Amino acid sequence: MSGTLLSVQDLSVAFTQGGREQVAVDHISFDIAEGETLALVGESGSGKSVSALSVLKLLPYPAASHPSGRIVFGGQDLLGLGEKSLRKVRGDDITMIFQEPMTSLNPLHTIERQIGEILRLHRGMGDKQARVRTLELLNEVGIREPEKRLGAFPHQLSGGQRQRVMIAMALANEPKLLIADEPTTALDVTVQAQILELLAELKTRNKMSMLFITHDLGIVRRIADRVCVMTKGKIVEEGATAEVFANPKHEYTRHLLAAEPKGEPPAADETAPIVMKGEDVKVWFPIKEGFFRKTVDHVKAVDGIDVTVRAGQTLGVVGESGSGKTTLGLALSRMISSQGRIMLGDREINDFSFRQMKPLRREMQIVFQDPFGSLSPRMSVSEIIEEGLRIHQPKLNDDERDRLVVDVLNEVGLDPATRFRYPHEFSGGQRQRIAIARAMVVNPRFVMLDEPTSALDMSVQAQVVDLLRDLQKAHQLAYLFISHDLKVVRALANDVIVMRNGKVVEYGPSRQIFENPQTDYTKALIAAAFDIATAPKGVVSE
Amino acid sequence: MSDILSKAQVEQVRERAARPWLSPLNKRRWENFKANRRGYWSLWIFLILFVLSMFAEFIANDKPIIASYNGEILFPVVVDYPEEKFGGFLAVTDYRDPVISDEIEANGWMIWPPIRYSYRTVNNEIPVAAPAAPSWMYDRETRCQRYFEGANDPECRMGNWNWLGTDDQARDVAARVIYGFRISVLFGLILTAASAVIGVSAGAVQGYFGGWTDLIFQRVIEIWSSIPVLYLILIIAAILPPGFFILLGIMLLFSWVAFVGVVRAEFLRARNFEYVNAARALGVGNATIMFRHLLPNAMVATLTFLPFILNGSITTLTSLDFLGFGLPPGSASLGELLRQGQRNLNAPWLGIVGFLSLSIMLSLLIFVGEAVRDAFDPRKTFK
Repeated sequence: MSGTLLSVQDLSVAFTQGGREQVAVDHISFDIAEGETLALVGESGSGKSVSALSVLKLLPYPAASHPSGRIVFGGQDLLGLGEKSLRKVRGDDITMIFQEPMTSLNPLHTIERQIGEILRLHRGMGDKQARVRTLELLNEVGIREPEKRLGAFPHQLSGGQRQRVMIAMALANEPKLLIADEPTTALDVTVQAQILELLAELKTRNKMSMLFITHDLGIVRRIADRVCVMTKGKIVEEGATAEVFANPKHEYTRHLLAAEPKGEPPAADETAPIVMKGEDVKVWFPIKEGFFRKTVDHVKAVDGIDVTVRAGQTLGVVGESGSGKTTLGLALSRMISSQGRIMLGDREINDFSFRQMKPLRREMQIVFQDPFGSLSPRMSVSEIIEEGLRIHQPKLNDDERDRLVVDVLNEVGLDPATRFRYPHEFSGGQRQRIAIARAMVVNPRFVMLDEPTSALDMSVQAQVVDLLRDLQKAHQLAYLFISHDLKVVRALANDVIVMRNGKVVEYGPSRQIFENPQTDYTKALIAAAFDIATAPKGVVSE
Repeated sequence: MSDILSKAQVEQVRERAARPWLSPLNKRRWENFKANRRGYWSLWIFLILFVLSMFAEFIANDKPIIASYNGEILFPVVVDYPEEKFGGFLAVTDYRDPVISDEIEANGWMIWPPIRYSYRTVNNEIPVAAPAAPSWMYDRETRCQRYFEGANDPECRMGNWNWLGTDDQARDVAARVIYGFRISVLFGLILTAASAVIGVSAGAVQGYFGGWTDLIFQRVIEIWSSIPVLYLILIIAAILPPGFFILLGIMLLFSWVAFVGVVRAEFLRARNFEYVNAARALGVGNATIMFRHLLPNAMVATLTFLPFILNGSITTLTSLDFLGFGLPPGSASLGELLRQGQRNLNAPWLGIVGFLSLSIMLSLLIFVGEAVRDAFDPRKTFK
């Protein structure tokens, strides 16, 4: 192994807020050798991103401070450097890519300008030179027809393409070290596999080192040479990737490794009563053009889909983003207008108005993806949960309502004594439990779960999946489970629909689909989810 | 993660952790408000001044608060007694008239307010031609020279002092400031509250429903707000007799527009939030969603504007009074006081008092408003 490139020694990070000091990173040390990929793994709040950001001193100083530590890069201590000398290191020797490619690109700048800026700044290139180099870079990161993409704005690119542009920006100055902070978390599994492959390829080609931050152990196994496991601001285990995975020493590492969603979905039962049935459901958004706004074409988000969800059973809907799976769920829950027959029990509800739907809402509930966005920040947990009760059981008095709230909180595994706190005081997993409690308190028959686990840490995902399964068993709930994460779907769904571009690609019992997929698309999805493998060109989107 | 509790345990937990009377959020807001010392003290000073000015009749008045006459307890502040009760002939008693006051004092007693002038009482005993300087600037001889018995006259007492001098019509400035403060603050508060209600509702409806509602409303508002308000008031002042409520009404017609923009923007932003969708999925009606889910978010933006609107309406009233298009002649108004200050440069106490009372009032309100806004801002932290 060649020499050490970056050496983090005894680093601590503290945040001061409201007079109190909170230690986010607690005396950690690690080295990155030249040409090596080191992964920092941990759950949210473990301090892994903070550690990475302190390498480039990108934390909000002076609220953040370093009580101890040195970060040695190229013979100098980065923590001791002034802002000016630091700027020479940033974006030149050490570059960074972030989680959310939409917000890390300036929405008002074209691709050419975003990349060209770095070249002009650090390399002093002229417009012409910068253009040539930009094209080279775009080519390198696998953007097809880069000449046509130069003038594009970030919103005109897909998520994967945006992340490729981010990588091109990071590579512009041939850095020695690339810090990747959860670069694929916001992407589809299929795109994630492509980006990871690209990063690995670029790393070898450019002979750079990589510091890879992630919560996903699957990614670590695929990309990292060595791994540091972090929890609560400390590194608890460090070692070669293969060694750590084969023989985890620390209890926390074992806990992480065991944290995949497990368990069996409910057995398919053809005789269970049908709770929700959609026939030939279509959601077409018109594309209007010209002065008179004439409809010239339609975006067929959902294009003629039949679904049946039975009591006590789960129908999984999988597909890449943009495949129309959430739209299908919203249409079935009558949140957006659609064509085709929708039956709730034996009532045909596709023509019901908002007012007619109101009494039926208690029978069909939704749990959303983002546990931070789906709870009103200005309402206490109790207020959030009892809202449905106020509408559907208006005759309850305060005491009876409170009793129901307490019961449902207990059922989803939260301490009922915390019900007058506000959502921001809870962790992501607890918030998702609150969102589930809000849906459960009105005793629904049908619940649409729109990626309820995607925003959560792996170990929390497993807990939420277990909770959902228990609730289903206890109340004979019918779930429509939407997710791009096939691991979770496999643990929960007994039937699966695979969707692409608004159409059904495959529909059948989940065991059959997972064990014997019929189409290339399904095969690619499964390979990307379980082995983080890429598919041949053209099978999935980019 | 806690384990599932039994029924009895749940009930126990429920009993133990009952609903707090002040929600933690409001408690935190109050703590944040108190943490802003300047705003906190401003609130107290303002509240004291405001409550005092609400009882202006008991502080500065040309009638006694309580009087006893022939064994009968009278409340001249609240009841207008005809003068014939005390042997006079006017319809309304002038208690400052020596004849009447001597008559009452002879057959009972009177408790006067600390300042024995109302805002329109003319002081006939000022030592020099109006405007007279504050009484404490003269020695006793000069101060009392116009009284019947000169320096020995018992009426030449503290209660009859003009603490802040008189204006050019020999009316007590202190009394006029107290009454003027009250009318200004009331005007500002009523106008702000009313325009907030209208503006927030209009903004909420536009932002929430969007589309055509928003488009049409916005165009109407653009046309509406392009009307020059000052000229309109001048024109209306020429037709209608200007009074408190007419001015309030005219200004209300235009001042609500200021809120629409911010509230609309907040609602436009928040209406697609997941928790709004979650509420819709529960079957919550539009009005409830707007009121319970969206309005609290728009409150910070509204509160940011509130102190400025409040101060703006007070200054507008003052400037109208200054120009002479405001409240009817004779009303206690700070704007009129400023005008007198401008016209009587030889009497600097008029200008100084007008300036000080206005600037202190406006500063207090801004400080309070600033602290309230910070208290409602969830991102703000205090050291």
